Amino acid sequence: MTKQNSGITRYLFALMVFVSVYSSQAWALTPQQKAILSTGDNDTRIAALNQVSAEGDVSAIPYLQAILDDAIKLKDKQIFMVGDSAVTDVLTGKEVELPEDAEDIINNNQMRGELDATIASLNLLSTDTKVRLESAKSLLGTDPSAGRLALIKKVEATEEDSKVKATLAQVRASIEISSPDKATRLAAVDELGDSANPNNKQILASRLEADGEQDPEVKEAIQAALKSIENHMATYDKIGQVFTGISLGSILLLAALGLAVTYGLMGVINMAHGEMMMIGAYATYIVQNLFLHYLPNYFGWYLILSIPFAFMVTAIIGVIIERLVLRHLYGRPLETLLATWGVSLMLMQLVRSVFGAQNVSVENPSWMSGGLQLTANLILPNNRIYIIAFAALVLLMMWLLITKTRLGLFIRAVTQNRGMASCTGVNTSKVDAMAFGLGSGIAGLAGVALSQVGNVGPALGQSYIVDSFMVVVLGGVGQLAGAVYAAMGLGIVSKFLEGIAGAVLAKIFVLVIIIIFIQKRPQGLFAFKGRSLD
Amino acid sequence: MQNRRNFIKSMSVIAASIALIGSNISFVQAAEDTIKVGVLHSLSGTMAISETALKDMALMTIDEINKNGGVLGKKLEPVVVDPASDWPLFATKARQLLTQDKVAVTFGCWTSVSRKSVLPVYKELNGLLFYPVQYEGEELEKNVFYTGAAPNQQAIPAVEYLMSKDGGSAKRFVLLGTDYVYPRTTNKILRAFLHSKGIADADIMEEYTPFGHSDYQTIVANIKKFAAEGKKTAVVSTINGDSNVPFYKELGNAGLKAKDVPVVAFSVGEEELRGVDAKPLVGHLAAWNYFMSLKNPTNAAWIKEWSAYAKAKKLPSADKPLTNDPMEATYIGIHMWAQAVEKAKSTDTDKVIAAMAGQTFKAPGGFMSEMDPKNHHLHKPVFIGEVKADGQFNVVWKTPGPVKAQPWSPFIEGNDKKPDEPVTK
Repeated sequence: MTKQNSGITRYLFALMVFVSVYSSQAWALTPQQKAILSTGDNDTRIAALNQVSAEGDVSAIPYLQAILDDAIKLKDKQIFMVGDSAVTDVLTGKEVELPEDAEDIINNNQMRGELDATIASLNLLSTDTKVRLESAKSLLGTDPSAGRLALIKKVEATEEDSKVKATLAQVRASIEISSPDKATRLAAVDELGDSANPNNKQILASRLEADGEQDPEVKEAIQAALKSIENHMATYDKIGQVFTGISLGSILLLAALGLAVTYGLMGVINMAHGEMMMIGAYATYIVQNLFLHYLPNYFGWYLILSIPFAFMVTAIIGVIIERLVLRHLYGRPLETLLATWGVSLMLMQLVRSVFGAQNVSVENPSWMSGGLQLTANLILPNNRIYIIAFAALVLLMMWLLITKTRLGLFIRAVTQNRGMASCTGVNTSKVDAMAFGLGSGIAGLAGVALSQVGNVGPALGQSYIVDSFMVVVLGGVGQLAGAVYAAMGLGIVSKFLEGIAGAVLAKIFVLVIIIIFIQKRPQGLFAFKGRSLD
Repeated sequence: MQNRRNFIKSMSVIAASIALIGSNISFVQAAEDTIKVGVLHSLSGTMAISETALKDMALMTIDEINKNGGVLGKKLEPVVVDPASDWPLFATKARQLLTQDKVAVTFGCWTSVSRKSVLPVYKELNGLLFYPVQYEGEELEKNVFYTGAAPNQQAIPAVEYLMSKDGGSAKRFVLLGTDYVYPRTTNKILRAFLHSKGIADADIMEEYTPFGHSDYQTIVANIKKFAAEGKKTAVVSTINGDSNVPFYKELGNAGLKAKDVPVVAFSVGEEELRGVDAKPLVGHLAAWNYFMSLKNPTNAAWIKEWSAYAKAKKLPSADKPLTNDPMEATYIGIHMWAQAVEKAKSTDTDKVIAAMAGQTFKAPGGFMSEMDPKNHHLHKPVFIGEVKADGQFNVVWKTPGPVKAQPWSPFIEGNDKKPDEPVTK
């Protein structure tokens, strides 16, 4: 059968369903029905919804969607529908002005769930396979309601798309599991057990409660089904845990990379490193506001543009600090520490004076929100995925810069032997400034990433400075690869501990582990082999 | 000139207070034409996000009272100090307000730990503190008036709502909080309450995060796992401060929808949602005694006054002025204090405390708020709101009228013997 044919059959079938259950009335919702759906208490509204869904009245979808989208407003007995261009009076169908004091319909969670489920079950009658699949999937997530069983069974019987059919079978099973017939229940348990959907697990588990399943044979089947679902889920849980670990690791890595340059390569204990991240985050905030103000249509792009902007701003500030303060303090680590700490306080106060002490809001562009659904119980958030990719990119760029460019060569030369490098004509003071600027710029990039997952406020840097030093010290001073392993290791270990012991204890355990590790191996994971350490 | 006069005045104050040490006579400045009131809120540090708005609201209220002729014919003079989210500094600043500035009353504190830190100072110097934030109860001091909610005015009704049919008939609960005294005590009360409703320990999961925690991936994953293990699950969040922003972002990204696992929060209001894209959060809940979206003439007038004030003072929030529950509690507190002073015809602490009993004030929440004759807490209505896409709240449930506060929760053992009024020795 051609695709078009199947579409027509489906359409005819849908028509048949309507005609069979719904012959006396016109198709569209009557004004009375609309009034009941939008006013009155929840129970009558839900009863009206069930009626609409039993009648299979697809023409009700736009109105139901409007209720869900807060596009229906009420005033006294009048009901208004707010469209894109005009407002119509629902009862008379005329175009009217919206009164100022018109109120929204209040939908609570229960109501919204019913509305969603009704729209989804009506959409099952759609001729578009994609729409049917979507609605079958969303029905899987709703509370099973016996009222929808008849419709679902009918659609399932004629469904040709195997995916939609399989999903519908699951939906049907989730309803039939409380059927009075034992054989039906057993079949339903069998069906539900064959997936990794946590929703099925919840349905099955709640049947085991005291007021649920009574038959011992069915109970046994449920327990077996639960085991099988748990086995399915366990694998994905592990993947999820590793992912969160890598995600935390990528943030730690971004925070520590800049420090790996300033502390690791140059030996400057830079307490203002956290503030560079903070400034990077504020730079993102500035770019965001510029976009909001001047280019609201291209808002999604602001994050891309803030990457070079944040790098430039923080790199320039870094160079200025190096020229004004650090230049005079090389070889005196204690004074450097104090001076950079002072700088960090000044930068924080500066930002506080300019932007205020409160956190500023940096919005995620829409492509950073939401997540990639791998299975029913594993969603990888988009912002985390992008940050992992971003960290890898920054790492790659930095590796190329240090190993493949002239500047990188100079930095390595000055790091290894300042005197010798100077003798061969390297302008060491310029290289120092450039290297410090580079480290600061990378901290700025970390700030861009942090603005997408955490809060942006004047004290942002304070919460990451300790972590950054931890990574660099653990990885081994002077080693890029060390920083990578340390960041990933710390990320995965602390997420693993958090899963077992909770966030508060995990933090303590990680610190204890690091203290013990540094006692045993002061040079870090990777010791720098060569003379430069003496 | 002004400076010098102030200097001379403060020197004389110091000299006088030295002379008065050891005696109980309170110092009255005879020729004084203002009454000083202290404002003790963090304007920097981690709590600045919440407390700055309270400071501004206090100043607005004082302005308003002064415009209407002040108190006892005198203008109020605000003394604003910044304890910088540093708990011991709260005590130092409180002492400074009481001994140097000689304030008649202080409006301030947000976290319970800051309140606990200033308490000894107010007791020792017999000062007066108005505390405007919901808290865990288990305290009743003569020198403090609590204008925020006690647990039975917020936490308990919220959980009852979750267990009701409208709230989704939740049978399993995740108690999630920041690791300090308020969440720990509230969750202790809630656990006892849930036990009394027949919910077993196996159906309760309790988790804490450090202050300022920003990575909620593991916790959200754990909530999902817990929710899959049985009947309908709900989350009760006592996460405080700016950690809420990453928490709600993670909820949205992980696809944890309100209709599957609703989250009811006790420390999230309009102000905390300012920086969050509220669209994925639609339907999550908050319990308060006031919402900005409440429709009544008093509230409309109050919001208008606040917006005008924010614009006139060029506050950073002026382009999107928001009001919230603790701001309302601050507003009520200052007005009630002013009324009590008028009634007592004095700013003397003990006289004002006596006059506070039974004070009423038409609150923006739409109800007549009443100070309990005995227990220093307000009678307040309870509202439960669902987050809307614009970061405001739809009220989906409310108590028929104001509820009397129970600072000593009956769900904690031994509290039934404690009197419902401050004990003075």
